Amino acid sequence: MTAFIFIVLIVGGTAALSWPLGRYIQWAMDPAADVGPRRRGLDRLFERIAGKLGRDAQGWKKYILAMLAFNVVMFVVSFAFLAFQHYLPLNPDGMKAIEGSLIFNTAASFTSNTNLQHYSGESTMSYLSQLCALMWLQFVSPAVGLAALAAMARGLAGRQQMGNFFIDVQRATFLVLVPLALIMATLMVQGGMPMTLSGAAHATTLEGAEQVIARGPVAAFLAIKQLGTNGGGFFGPNSTHPLENPTFWTNVLATMSIIIIPMACVWMFGRIIGRMRHAAVVFGVMLLLMGTRIAGAVLFESAPTRAFASLPIEQTDGNLEGKELRFGAAAGPLWAVVTTSTSNGSVNCMHDSLNPLTGLMPMIGMWLNEDFGGVGVGMINMFVYIILAVFLAGMMVGRTPEYLNRRVEAREVKLAVLALLAQSLFILVGTAVFAVTPWGTKTLNNAGAHGFSEMLYEFSSASANNGSGFEGLGDNTPPWNIATGVVMLLARFIPIIVPLAIAGSLAAKRPTAQSAGTLGVEDGTFGVMLTAVVVIIGALTFFPAAALGPIVEHLQFMV
Amino acid sequence: MSTQTDNRNPRREEPAAHSKPIVETSAGGKPRSRPGERAALDATRGTDRSRPLFEREIVTKAIRASLAKLDPRHQVRNPVMFVVEVGSVLTTILFLQALVGTGEASAAFTGVIAAWLWFTVLFANFAEAMAEGRGKAQAEALRRTKKQTLARRLRQPVSDTEQERIRTSEMVASTLLRRDDVVLVMAGEFIPADGDVIEGVASVDESAVTGESAPVVRESGGDRSAVTGGTRVISDWLVVRVSSNPGEGFLDRMISMVEGAKRQKTPNEIALDILLTALTIIFLLVCVTLLPFSIYSVNAAGQGTPVTITVLVALLVCLIPTTIGGLLSAIGIAGMDRMIQANVIAMSGRAVEAAGDVDTLLLDKTGTITLGNRQATEFIPAEGVHIEELADAAQLASLADETPEGRSIVVLAKDQYGLRGRDVERMHAQFVPFTAQTRMSGVDVDGTAIRKGAADAIQRFVECQRGTFPAALQRAVDSIAKQGGTPLVVASVKRGKASVLGVIHLKDIVKGGIRERFAQLRRMGIKTIMITGDNPLTAASIAAEAGVDDYLAEATPEAKLKLIRENQAGGRLVAMCGDGTNDAPALAQADVAVAMNTGTQAAKEAGNMVDLDSNPTKLIEVVEIGKQLLITRGALTTFSIANDVSKYFAIIPAAFVSTYPALGKLNIMGLATPQSAILSAVIFNALIIIALIPLALRGVRHKPAKATALLTRNLLIYGVGGLIAPFVGIKLIDLALVVLRLA
Repeated sequence: MTAFIFIVLIVGGTAALSWPLGRYIQWAMDPAADVGPRRRGLDRLFERIAGKLGRDAQGWKKYILAMLAFNVVMFVVSFAFLAFQHYLPLNPDGMKAIEGSLIFNTAASFTSNTNLQHYSGESTMSYLSQLCALMWLQFVSPAVGLAALAAMARGLAGRQQMGNFFIDVQRATFLVLVPLALIMATLMVQGGMPMTLSGAAHATTLEGAEQVIARGPVAAFLAIKQLGTNGGGFFGPNSTHPLENPTFWTNVLATMSIIIIPMACVWMFGRIIGRMRHAAVVFGVMLLLMGTRIAGAVLFESAPTRAFASLPIEQTDGNLEGKELRFGAAAGPLWAVVTTSTSNGSVNCMHDSLNPLTGLMPMIGMWLNEDFGGVGVGMINMFVYIILAVFLAGMMVGRTPEYLNRRVEAREVKLAVLALLAQSLFILVGTAVFAVTPWGTKTLNNAGAHGFSEMLYEFSSASANNGSGFEGLGDNTPPWNIATGVVMLLARFIPIIVPLAIAGSLAAKRPTAQSAGTLGVEDGTFGVMLTAVVVIIGALTFFPAAALGPIVEHLQFMV
Repeated sequence: MSTQTDNRNPRREEPAAHSKPIVETSAGGKPRSRPGERAALDATRGTDRSRPLFEREIVTKAIRASLAKLDPRHQVRNPVMFVVEVGSVLTTILFLQALVGTGEASAAFTGVIAAWLWFTVLFANFAEAMAEGRGKAQAEALRRTKKQTLARRLRQPVSDTEQERIRTSEMVASTLLRRDDVVLVMAGEFIPADGDVIEGVASVDESAVTGESAPVVRESGGDRSAVTGGTRVISDWLVVRVSSNPGEGFLDRMISMVEGAKRQKTPNEIALDILLTALTIIFLLVCVTLLPFSIYSVNAAGQGTPVTITVLVALLVCLIPTTIGGLLSAIGIAGMDRMIQANVIAMSGRAVEAAGDVDTLLLDKTGTITLGNRQATEFIPAEGVHIEELADAAQLASLADETPEGRSIVVLAKDQYGLRGRDVERMHAQFVPFTAQTRMSGVDVDGTAIRKGAADAIQRFVECQRGTFPAALQRAVDSIAKQGGTPLVVASVKRGKASVLGVIHLKDIVKGGIRERFAQLRRMGIKTIMITGDNPLTAASIAAEAGVDDYLAEATPEAKLKLIRENQAGGRLVAMCGDGTNDAPALAQADVAVAMNTGTQAAKEAGNMVDLDSNPTKLIEVVEIGKQLLITRGALTTFSIANDVSKYFAIIPAAFVSTYPALGKLNIMGLATPQSAILSAVIFNALIIIALIPLALRGVRHKPAKATALLTRNLLIYGVGGLIAPFVGIKLIDLALVVLRLA
C-alpha cells in the first residue's frame, strides 16, 4: 500500500509538474509572434551565434539535413576526444587509451542519446572525456530530439517551414536543458552528491586497508543524465552507486526527472499544433501504458526471487536481489519501468536480478518506446502509431483517413510502416544473429532462457536508444560494440527522419474541413484505438521472442 | 435537374402549370412517365438489378477461375496472398521430401498443412472470382442489349427534301460507325450508337439500359438530346450524330467497368496494400528469426528439436493479414457492384471511394427536395366572387389538363368543395391547350371561355377583352409569390365580358421523409445545399421547410461553379448531380459528379458516375455506398489483425513445447496436441476467408451516424470480435479434429 501511494505520488506529481513545464518549453521552443522583447532578444542572440546557418527557415528536408550534419559533428568531436584521452589534460587518474570498437560504440551511443555503456566510467574515462566527449552530448543529443519534435509539430500545424534547426537546438539546450539541469544539480548536491574535479579520494578502512574512492563532477553529470533521457552514469553501476544516488530523496527526485521532460513534450506538441485535447488523449494513453507496466513490475517483483523457492525461509518483502535497500523494494521496479519507458536507461537496481516477468516490463517499454519515450523523440515515435491508428480508424468511419485535417494517404502510410519495420528488424534480426553465433553465446553469463533475455534486452536497449543494460552480458567485445553501435545510430535517425518527412508531406496538403463525419482524435474512443494499435502491433511483433525469454523463464519458475 | 432557362423548352420557361410533352404519341394519350416524376419516387426504392449472393452459375465459374488465378503472375499483384502461395509451394516440397522418407516432420502432417495452405490461396481467389463473376454477369446482361444492327448512315445530312436525304443514305453495320457519322433512325429501329439528336423528336424506349419500361422523349437541342446505343425509337424519327467510335460507347464503358477489366487500385486501396505488405514483412521477420531463437533454445535447454520449416510457414500464414489480403480486391469489386445494383454506373473505383469522403451535397430543388411539380393548395377568390365559383371554374379549366399541376387543381376542388369531375366531352367543351405564345390554357364551354395562367398573361388577356385586373388580387398574387408559391390566375369571358375570378396558390411540395434524411446527413457531418432557380425568398422558405443547411437561389451555372470552388477551397469534398449541358462545368469541378442518364452527352462526359434512374436523390445513396466500401475494408483489416493474438496462443506453445515443456501453459485453449493446434489455426485461417465472403460482397452494414459512434461500434464488433472469435473457432476445429481422430 505504501508502495502504491509512493508510486502514485511520484508519477502523479511529475505529471502535474509537466503541465507548466510544457507551457514553458513551448515558450522556449516555439515562441508566439507577439512574445515579449526579452524572449525575442534571446532568439536574436541565438541567430547571431548560428550566423549564416541560422538565418533561413527550413522545410523538412533542409531541417533534416541540418540535423544530420550537426550530428556528424557531434559524433566526430566525441570520437576524437575519446581516441586521444590519454594525451589530453584533466586525466588525474591516468586513464589509458580506449579500444577502437569501444570508442565507436561510445561515440555512437552518446550521439544517439542512448548512453549504452560497454565500459565503467570511473575506470575507463578521464574527466576530460567525461565532460567534453560525453557530457556535452548529454545536453546536445536530447536538444536534437526536442528540436525535431518542435519541427514536426510545426509541420503538423500546417507550417511548410519547420523552423531553423540551429536556432531550435540552441533554444533546447540553453533555455530548457541547461536551466533545468542547474536546478536539479543544485538539489542533488544538497542531497549529498559529490561535485568536484579533484581525483579519487583515498581512505583507510577500519581494517586498515587502503581504499580508493572514485568521485568527480557527479552532480552535474547526473542531473542531465536524468533530465535528458540519457542514462549514461558517471559510475559504472549508474544510480545504484551510493555517490550517484545517495538517499531516498535523491532517488525520488531522480525518478521524477527521468519522465518530466518527455511528459512535458506531449503538452508542448499539443500547444504547437493547437490541439490540447488531442495532446491530453495521447498523454492519457501514454500514462496508461506506462502505468500498467509499473503496476505489473511492482506486482511481479513482490514475489521473492527464485533462489529462495527451495529454501526453508519466509520472505515477504519481495525480491530484494540486486536492489539498493536504502530505497526499498518498490523503488527498483518503478525506476526500471520509468527508465525504459523513456529512453533514459539509467538504473537504480540490477535489471538482471529482476524476476522474469518484472524483467519483461522494461523490455516491453523499450519495444514500444513511445510512452513517454525519449526527450522529443518519444512523442515522435508515438506519432507513427497515431498515423497507423488514424489510418485504421479512419477507414472504419468510412472516410479517407485524416489527421489534423490532412489526409493520410499512401505516402504517409509507407513512411510510418518503414519506421515500424526498422525497429523490429534491429531487435529481432540482431538478437537472432547473436543467438546462434559465438558473438553472442560466448558472452553470456547465464545459460538458457535468461541468457536469451540478456541478448534480447541488449538489442532492445540499443534500438530504443535506451542504454540500460540487463547486464550479465560481457558486452565489451568488438561484435557487440559494432553491432549495437550501428543499431543505435540507425534506430536514432530513421525514427526522426521518417516522421519529419510525414509531417512535411502532410503540411503540403490542402487542409480538409472538419465535420461530425470526420474521425475525432480528441476523444476516448480514439484513445482506445491508439492503445489497441500500440499494444497489438507491439505484442504481435515481440510475443514470440518474449515467449522464449522472460515468459518461459517465468513459467519454468512456476513449475 | 438543371435550373437553366431554355427557349426551346416551354416546361422550363414556365415552371408553372401549363406544359405538355412536346410529342404526343396518341391523341389524349395517357399520362406518360417523365424523368421528373420518376425522380419523385422514393429515393430508396427497391432496385431491380440486385441478384442473390451465390448464383449457381457464378459459383461454378468462380471455382474454375480460382484455379486459374493460382498463376504467380496474378498472385504477385497481391503481396499477402503471394507469400501464402510461396509458403504452399514450400510445404508441398517438404511434403514430397517427407514422402520419400527424409522429411523434417511426418508426411501426413506436412501434407495436410500444405493442402490447407493451398486452400487458403484458393479461397481468396474464389472471393475475388465471385466478385468478378457478379460483375461479369451484369456485363453479360448489358452486352445482350448491345445488338449489332444496321444503321442508315446519311451521306448528305442536310438536304432539301426528305426523299433526297433517304435516297443518298446507305445501310451499314452499326459497328462500322465512326464518331461524327450521322444516322437516321426510324420508329421501331434500334439506335446504333451513342450520339446526340440533331434533328427530330421521338419517344425512345431505354429500358435496355435503365430498366425503366416507360419511354422517354428525346429531341434535338436542349438537355434531352443524348441517346444511347442499343435503345429503341418507338415513335417518330431522329437524326443522330454519332459521338463515339466503336468500342468506346457508353455501354462499352459500362461493361468494362463492371467486368473490372480496367480496375485500377484506388488511393485508399494502395495505402492499405502498403500497410498489409509491411505487416507481412514484419511477420516474415518474426518467423524467420524464430528459427535461430529456437536453435539457441534447443542448445540452451538441451532438449527438443528446432522448430520445423512447416510450422514456421504455418505460423507465418496465420499471422500475415490473409483475411483482408484475400478479400481486398473482392471488396473493391463488390463496391462497384453495389453501385450498379443501385443503378449507378461509376466510371472508376476512385469515384466510388471519393463518394465516402463527400462532405457537401449540392441538391437540386426540383425532383430532389420537392416533388417534381407544384400542387394547388388554395383558392383565393377575387372581390365579389364566390369561392365555389372560382373552384368550379378552375376545375373546369383543368379537367383536360393532364399536367400534374392541372390534376392537382381538379383534386383540390374535389376535396375542398366536393366538385366532381365532369365529362368534358358531353359538355361539348373545347380544350384550349397551353402555347408558348398565349402562356395560358383553359376551356371554352357554352360560350364561356375560362382561362388560367400566369398573372401577367391573364392581365393582358383580360385587358384585351376590355376587362380590368383588380388591384386587390394583384396583392394576393404578390403575397403568394413572396411565400415561394406560384400564383395561377383564373379568368372567364362570359358574353363578351371578361372578369378575373381569383387566384390559385400552387406550391412546391417538399418530399416526405426528406427532412429526416437531411438530419441524418447532418449527423454524418454532411452539409446539404439546395440549388434552385427560384428567387431568394422562395428558396429560403423551401429551404427552411426541407431542413437543408444552405441554399443557392437564382442559380446560374457560373454561380454553381463558384459555390463548388468555394467549398473545395474550404477543404470540402463536393458531390452534385446534373443533367444539362450547362451543368457540365460544375460536374467536372465537383469531386463526385452524378450525371443523369436522361441528361446530355456533355453532362455524362463531365460526371464520374451516371445514374440510370436519373434520380437526383440517389446522391445520398451513392455517398453511403462509398462509405460502406471503406468501412468494410477497415473493419476486415482490424478483424484480421486482431485474429493474430489467438493464433500465437495456438502455435507458439505447440512449436516450442518440446524444448520448453513449461510453455505448454500458454496453451490456454487446451488444444489436443501440438500438431492439432497448428492445424486448427491454419484451418481457421483458411475458413474465415470463406466465411467472410458474403460480408465482403455485401459490405458491412452502415448506419448513418457520427464518426465516433461508428468507430465505437465497428471497434467493438470487428476489433473485440476479432480478438475473441478465433479462440472459439480454433478450439472448435481442434475438437472436431479430435472427434475425427485426426489430432
